[in-house]
Amino acid sequence: MRVVPFLISGLVTAALVVALDRQLPAGGSKTPRLGYFLSPQQGFWQNAEPANADFDADLKLPGLKGKVDVYMDDRLVPHIYADNDVDAYYVQGYLHAKFRLWQMEFQTHVAGGRLSEIAGEERLPIDRFFRRLGMVYGAEQTMKKMDQQPEIKAGVQAYSDGVNAYIQSLKPEQLPLEYKLMDYKPEAWTPLKTYLFLMYMSYDLAGRGSSADLQMTNARNYFGYVDFDKLFPNMPDSLDPIVPKGTVYPKASVIVKEPERVDSAYFDNRITGSVPMPEAPDKDNGSNNWAVAGSKTKSGRPILCNDPHLGLNLPSLWYEVQISTPTHNTYGASFPGSPAVIIGFNDNIAWGVTNAGRDVLDFYDIKFRDSTMDEYWYNGAWVKAAHRKEIIKIKGKPDQVENMAITVFGPVMYDRAYNNVSTQGKYLAVRWTAHDGGRGVETFYDLDRAKNFDDYMNAINKWTCPGQNFVFASKSGDIAIKQQGAFVARWKRQGDFVMPGTDSSYAWQGFIPNEENPMMKNPPRGFVSSANQEVADASYPYYLGAANNFSLYRGIIINRLLTGMNGITPQDMQHLQMENYNVFAETARPALLKYIDETALNADEKKYVGMLKSWNLRGDVNEKGATVFKCIWDSLEHVVWDDEYKQSKLPMTWPDPSTLAESLLKDSAYSFADDITTPNKTETIKEDVMLAVKKAAANLHYLENNGILAWAKYKDTRINHLLKLPALSRLHLPIGGGTHMINATKENHGPSWRMIVQLTDDIEAYGVYPGGQSGNPGSLYYDSFVDSWANGRYYHLLFLKREDAAKHAQVKWHLSFSKA
Amino acid sequence: MKIIVAILLTAFLAYVLGLYTAFPWWSFVFTSFLVAVAVHQRGGRAFLSGFLGLFLLWAVLAILKDAANQHVLSTKVASVLPLGGSYLILILVTGIVGGLVSGFAALAGSFMRKHRRRY
Repeated sequence: MRVVPFLISGLVTAALVVALDRQLPAGGSKTPRLGYFLSPQQGFWQNAEPANADFDADLKLPGLKGKVDVYMDDRLVPHIYADNDVDAYYVQGYLHAKFRLWQMEFQTHVAGGRLSEIAGEERLPIDRFFRRLGMVYGAEQTMKKMDQQPEIKAGVQAYSDGVNAYIQSLKPEQLPLEYKLMDYKPEAWTPLKTYLFLMYMSYDLAGRGSSADLQMTNARNYFGYVDFDKLFPNMPDSLDPIVPKGTVYPKASVIVKEPERVDSAYFDNRITGSVPMPEAPDKDNGSNNWAVAGSKTKSGRPILCNDPHLGLNLPSLWYEVQISTPTHNTYGASFPGSPAVIIGFNDNIAWGVTNAGRDVLDFYDIKFRDSTMDEYWYNGAWVKAAHRKEIIKIKGKPDQVENMAITVFGPVMYDRAYNNVSTQGKYLAVRWTAHDGGRGVETFYDLDRAKNFDDYMNAINKWTCPGQNFVFASKSGDIAIKQQGAFVARWKRQGDFVMPGTDSSYAWQGFIPNEENPMMKNPPRGFVSSANQEVADASYPYYLGAANNFSLYRGIIINRLLTGMNGITPQDMQHLQMENYNVFAETARPALLKYIDETALNADEKKYVGMLKSWNLRGDVNEKGATVFKCIWDSLEHVVWDDEYKQSKLPMTWPDPSTLAESLLKDSAYSFADDITTPNKTETIKEDVMLAVKKAAANLHYLENNGILAWAKYKDTRINHLLKLPALSRLHLPIGGGTHMINATKENHGPSWRMIVQLTDDIEAYGVYPGGQSGNPGSLYYDSFVDSWANGRYYHLLFLKREDAAKHAQVKWHLSFSKA
Repeated sequence: MKIIVAILLTAFLAYVLGLYTAFPWWSFVFTSFLVAVAVHQRGGRAFLSGFLGLFLLWAVLAILKDAANQHVLSTKVASVLPLGGSYLILILVTGIVGGLVSGFAALAGSFMRKHRRRY
């Protein structure tokens, strides 16, 4: 034996193994364990799914009661036929896990504030935010409530068992790619995770108040209430509400009382408090839905349409499924992480949702006796606070413990340990309906089984948070829409700002009874619709919240076009969902042109103004006018607002475009037009517009030279992988649309599931979502719908009867599940 | 002749051991080492046998997976790593990583035995 060379080569081998077996720092992140990751028998190569993969399977699993047949069609949509409901949810859980396990767990790790556990300390701010917002607390409350419903409890448990049956069957080499990239392993699924996921949806759709209320407070403090009210009006002039203007509402049954001295304590400039957030829900988390009656369709039967607008991600939020049991036969989009179909149709009815946007999250300024937060001042006495510990595990570091006080209002989110410059010394408690425990799963469970209008009403009346507009249509010819949720009966502006929390006078005084939530059934105009606009006009007897919680223009164009349409077919509806006409531009362009003096422009600037004038007001892929309009408008907003906004050190809500557009149309002497940084000069609107055009022209010139003046190129829509890795994302998609348009496809946000259902005897349904059924980036089914989605193509949804499923030409695979 | 036997044996044993995916990915260092002890060659040749055995095994397995997958995943991973999105480079890197570890293990194995020939 040659000792020295032996030792050296042995050491080199060991060093190589050690180096290749650990995550190495690279840039801001870490590499995978390279040896493991590249190993063809264990690493990522194992995730390279053969193009001709065979999904047939014969599975014997513990926990099943009977036999379940799953037929997979050529788009990898499972059609589940089970003898009983719990088996159906067990198999749904199994399939969600088989195709989306990493995503399911990752999303619930986000919601539960557990990212640091897998990704390290960099994610700690987001984890702290979600923990302190009470996401886990809310999920626990919901679970407590749902566990009292035996059927739901059994369904959620069966789903969880199905997920775990898959996780247990998983061999190490079959781990989804992302686990291998980040080097961790899946843990067991639990029912709480389902509720955590639904909490995340509550945050995404009804959590805007967590940033908006603080920013609105800052804006009120900066501008003073009078100017604030001008910048953030309560109802825009051009509103076309969900329930039409002129509707007569009964008097409010919950009479709310404004606190005494509200003028000095609330509508003045003395209360402060603001903190930037790690993540804010997109303001345009919204959606379109509508249903037309048989009187307006070619078939004589209702057609229902829905396209929820959400962040665009891969793997997609949605997973298509058909679930068929003796109690129901339902098709639609499901959430990986939750049992049941969320948006879809069954043998009798169809339903869809859009976000109500109502403010259901408020902050209260709490006075604690000392920094132990043991006692707080409430109604003239010191009251004991409860405490809750949130323990955040951090990869490679000691745990971080969040010690939160719980008050009568709710958990204290901001305190001495969690604050920043703008919340110095403040204790802010969160009052949020998502903490109250919801019955959301039960609503979907019931909708999946609903047979008629009454069933639909019973199902949705259980719904509390996030407030939604539930649209409905049935084979029997009914159409309806209702805004449903637990909505606070508020006095005007209650909760728009941080409220005093030292007594009960600012507390919520009650919820609006379900019967008083606005709704419409079979209206004479032959359609119902919603697009996140305010649900009613000022004659509705309750305060709906600040107007900037809502979208305005999509509702106008939907109602205008639907009014003019007759003999409607599902194909017409496909075109309507892809409609790129911009009603905001229709309103704002004349306001701009009114103030543009072309004689004072150079040739380049004139050219762009010419493009603006001749633009057809559409956000189609190749429209250059759309880009010109957007750049000039954005530039004008900055010219008008920047002087004020840059004076404030705290983040403030930005006024809505409709506020500026409507002001320009009305009022040529707009007080905010003045640039307050030039004390010797009073700028006019005309000067502002001309300055905006000149500034925009420079930018447009640059865009044109770089060949990105066409709308789709400028907008540059992308679908991000959840880890934001470009290689796993789909970039530069050629799709039109955008903010204010029915096809609300923005840069990274837009229609996440387009669905059209015609309620003929044999239901005729179409759908598409920007993703694919498989969450595996190594599968051809990972992004297989993306191009169709971008091009406005739909898939005819296969709603199969059990006896036809096995033989159908588009059914490719059969998975048989039975009791082990 | 000896070198071919060593390469094939290295690859074969690594493959069989690799079927037990509960073992760590680097378990083949033991088989590569043992092959070099059993099929004794001089240092350079032993290293080459160890290297080529794993290089060929990993590259061929990767190529088989990749071809069936129509380069869908390899192209993406070759951008994540980053290797310019080239699946060919990714396959080469895969082979080299396995090869290097195995080569040094084999080298150590060859030094276990005394050389019959003097230098």
